[in-house]
Formats: sequence, C-alpha cells, structure tokens
Amino acid sequence: MKHVTVPVAYMPLVDAAPLIIAQEMGFAEAEGIALDLIAAPSWSSVRDMLAFGRVDAAHMLSPVPVAMAMGLGGMSTALSAVSVLSVNGNVIGVGTPLEARLRANGYGFDFADPVAAADALAQVRDGPIVFGVPFPFSMHVELLRYWSRATALGPDGIVIRTVPPPLMANALAAGDVDAFCVGEPWGSVAVDEGAGALLLPGTAIWTFAPEKVLAVRTDWAETEPDLTGRLMRATWRAGRWLANRQVQATASELLSRKAYLDVSSELIDRALSGHLTVTARGDQRQVERFLEFHDGAASFPWRSQARWIAQQLRRSHGTRADVSDDALARVFRADLHRMHLGSAGCDLPGASEKVEGAIRHETPVASAGGGLTLLPNRFFDARIFDPNAE
Amino acid sequence: MTKTLTIVVVEEDRDRAIAIVDALKDACACDVFVIGNATGLARKIAAHAPDIVLIDIDNPTRDMMEELTLASGPLERPVAMFVSSAAGGMAQTAIEAGVSAYVVDGLSPERVKPVMDTAIARFAMVRQMRNELAETRRALEERKVIDRAKGLLMKAKGIDEDAAYALLRKTAMDQGRRVADVAEALVTASGLLG
Repeated sequence: MKHVTVPVAYMPLVDAAPLIIAQEMGFAEAEGIALDLIAAPSWSSVRDMLAFGRVDAAHMLSPVPVAMAMGLGGMSTALSAVSVLSVNGNVIGVGTPLEARLRANGYGFDFADPVAAADALAQVRDGPIVFGVPFPFSMHVELLRYWSRATALGPDGIVIRTVPPPLMANALAAGDVDAFCVGEPWGSVAVDEGAGALLLPGTAIWTFAPEKVLAVRTDWAETEPDLTGRLMRATWRAGRWLANRQVQATASELLSRKAYLDVSSELIDRALSGHLTVTARGDQRQVERFLEFHDGAASFPWRSQARWIAQQLRRSHGTRADVSDDALARVFRADLHRMHLGSAGCDLPGASEKVEGAIRHETPVASAGGGLTLLPNRFFDARIFDPNAE
Repeated sequence: MTKTLTIVVVEEDRDRAIAIVDALKDACACDVFVIGNATGLARKIAAHAPDIVLIDIDNPTRDMMEELTLASGPLERPVAMFVSSAAGGMAQTAIEAGVSAYVVDGLSPERVKPVMDTAIARFAMVRQMRNELAETRRALEERKVIDRAKGLLMKAKGIDEDAAYALLRKTAMDQGRRVADVAEALVTASGLLG
C-alpha cells in the first residue's frame, strides 16, 4: 500500500506525544499514512503553517482555534479542533526571589493547594506578580486568570506576559517576570537549572482542562474526510498506547530523541509519571492525572469545553468578529470525532456537551460501548459551568 | 503628503539588521528601528508606535508579538499579521522568504507593498545564506565522522584508507543507507564497545 504523507506541525513538548508516538510506533502506518512531523520555533509559526497550508494538521493550544473564530489574534482562517490531544499537564512556578520569600514565610511547597499557594503569594508580593506564559491564547493564561480571580491574589494582582519557554530562565533572571505557567518539560527544566520552584500543577485549578488539540483547517477536514479520519484514529490509538504505564520508559526514550524534544528522558519521565521534582533541593511530589492522553474520553472534543474557553476569552478581550456562541462551540468537532472514531473502538459519550466542573468522582456515563467512565472534572472553587445556562 | 512610515525590525544579528535597514531606507521614506534583545519585546516595540513590524519567521520571540494584535495589548492600534487579499499571494511569498510582517490596522496596501517587496527580497537572501552555512557545517560534520569511521576500519581490519572507504560505501549501498549514516553507526557502536 502506498502511504500518503501528512505534514504536521508541533511544538517540541511532552504533550506532543500522541503525534510522535503515532508515527514512531506504527499507528500512522497502520492507517496508511506517514506523518511528516515539523518542529516549529513558536506557536505563531505553528498557526501560520496550518493557516497557510504549509502543513495539514497541527498540535495546538486548545484556545487558539476558538480565539481565531472570534477574530482575535493576527490570523483568521477557520480551524477545527478534531480531537483533544491531551488534558492537563501545565505547572505554575515562581522564580528564585519569590521562592526565597515564600520559604522564609514558612510556605511548604505542597504542590497541591491553590488557595494556600495564593494566600502565601499575596503575603509576600510587593505589587502585581508578573507571570510569563507561552502564548496569549492558552490554557496557561485561562488557568492563571481563573485562579487569581477566585483567590487572595485577585484579578488585578497578576500581570500576564508572553515569554517563549526557552527564554523563561533569562526573563526570570532579568526580573522581566516573577513567575511562570508552562507545559512540560519546561517546568522541570526551570527547576533543574535552579531558575525557580514549582508551586502548583494545572490540575490543582481544574482537574480536567483540555490542553492541546489536534487542529486542521476546516475546509481540509471537509475536502479530505478520509485523511482526517486516518489521522484522528492514528493519534487516538497512540493516546491509548500511552495510557499504559508499562510503556512509559519507551515513550520517554522516543520523545527524548534529538529529532523531537532533545532533553533527557528522565525529565520527560517526570511529566508522564506525574512524579515531579518541585524545587532545586530535590523535593518530590506525586500528582494524580498530571497529564492525561486517553482515560475518561480525554480525546473527546466537548463543545462545552469550547464554550468555556470562549467565555474566558470574551471576558479578557471582548470579541471582534460577529460570531454566535453556538458557532464557537462547534469549533470543537464532536461530530467528526463520532464519525471517524466510532469504528476504531473508541467508546463515545452519548452527549456532546457536559456541565464542566460538575464531576466530583469517577462516574460511569451513557456511551455507545457502555463502558465509559468520566474522570473527576472540578474547578478548585467548586463552581460549575453549565453550557445551557450561559 | 503622507506621514513617514515607522518600521521596527526585530533581529538579533547586528550585520543582518543593518543590511535590512539599509535596503528598507533605499526603498521608501521611512524611519527604521532595530530591536535586538528579546527582553520586554512587546513594550519596546510599542514605544516606537510602528506602522509595520518585521521579524524572522523562525524567531521564537515571535510569540511575544502576538500581544500586539490584541485591542487590550500594549499598542494603541492593534496590528494584524499581513494578509492582504489586495496584494495577492504576498503573504504566502513572505512566509516562504522567512519574514513575518505585522501591519497596523488601516494602513493602505499601496504603502505596505514597497516595504514588503524589499523585506521579502532581503529576508530571502538572508535565509539562503543561513541555509548554505548550515549545509556547509553539516557536510563538515559528516566528513569528520566518515574520517573517524575509516580510521576505525583501517585499524580493526588492517586495510588502507581507500579500502576502508570502499567498504563503507558498499555497506551503505547494500543497506540502502547514506555513507554518513553507516559511518555514524560504526562510530557509535565502537564507542559503546569501548
């Protein structure tokens, strides 16, 4: 069989794993495709390569396709989030000056309690705390804003600036930022370089936050339904493979290769196992579901996730394009997910929207295969987001 | 009489920046500022209130520019990535040349075009030079590895240099691989066996 090559852009991060594994472990080949994985120097570049047709699919921050549909940012090509590639996986950290002040105040770096962390930060700050994030449209920004609004930090207690993660250590040293929110391996890199300490995992703020999506141009998904399906099935199977703890060492090895992340496999292992080193002194913390690729229908692009993102973006930026909430919800393609993954053995939920933040414990739900259990989905302040009530 | 254009070029390499500035000044009536250091990039750019910002497409600091596209961002007039339909495939050409341009809202395509034509030509030249340099480095690197592999074979098998190279080449052909890859595998394996 002749393989069709699909060019795919990605940022060299641990959560690009489903794409890298799909290519390396033969899941793409089994679908008769080969992924030409192109590492990008920036998120803008990932977006432009996809928008201008240099690539046909991309590893993308979940808020980007929604923001583009709202007319925010420098580009406005219609994109579709056909799968969620990863849930959770971010860390919030502070630079060494804040770390020292927190420690002097007796803060224990429990890496768990967002209210206590905010209280501790509020006590030691001189003014607003400047957080560096990788991109203005990102779950990093939304988690920080959500956290600051509902805690002692306060909405005006933080300032958010874009700093590419490879430059974060410099920005901390220059005093350009005081703290950061980044995806792995960058949090662990900061700790290992002695640039700062980790304060919280993203899961401490929202236990089920859609982090990266598999994005394609909406017109490409329409003109190439067959390729879209093959690509979705290959990455979904790679996510399922990654869910097995036995393969973790292999996955870390593959991702650590020079062609991909080019960092030590030990560093990648921390994110995949949720066993993180949070300070340069070597304090270690274990986090449940630190980064999830598969369990709890992780790949399903819930329309309610897109609605939640749209609501947050509106709150921060207003909106330029005249576009309805329903249209924004449909940027997350629950329909395509059903169409292309039902045949692959993916157990699909009966609904396409859910009340975000309303699942306290693992919960069995109605699904096509009857065996689907959703994972806890809670905001730390116990608020819920009901898509029908907004 | 229209106002002189203000252009900001984000470029770390000083020589490259000067070349770009000179070309732009020849092409149009404009003030050109260069920002070399990524620290506080968005604020530094905002301080110049530019009409156009040019940046290498492979520059990771590009993500810091994205803040300029927001109405709530540091610039009074939000900028957009240059995608003017009036200018045809210019955005595509720009991307291929390796330059991304951010243009303020409402600037007419006629005023943008000469700047973009110049920037595209200049960045394409820079990109080509950089690719050639990378290619030369890679070739040099490969030559070194092949020399080491030849040395290993000469020592292990007691053959001369030509025979060692012939052996490498034959192995590469038999396995459908590049000579440099076979040499690399040999050097790695020999390092492991110590």
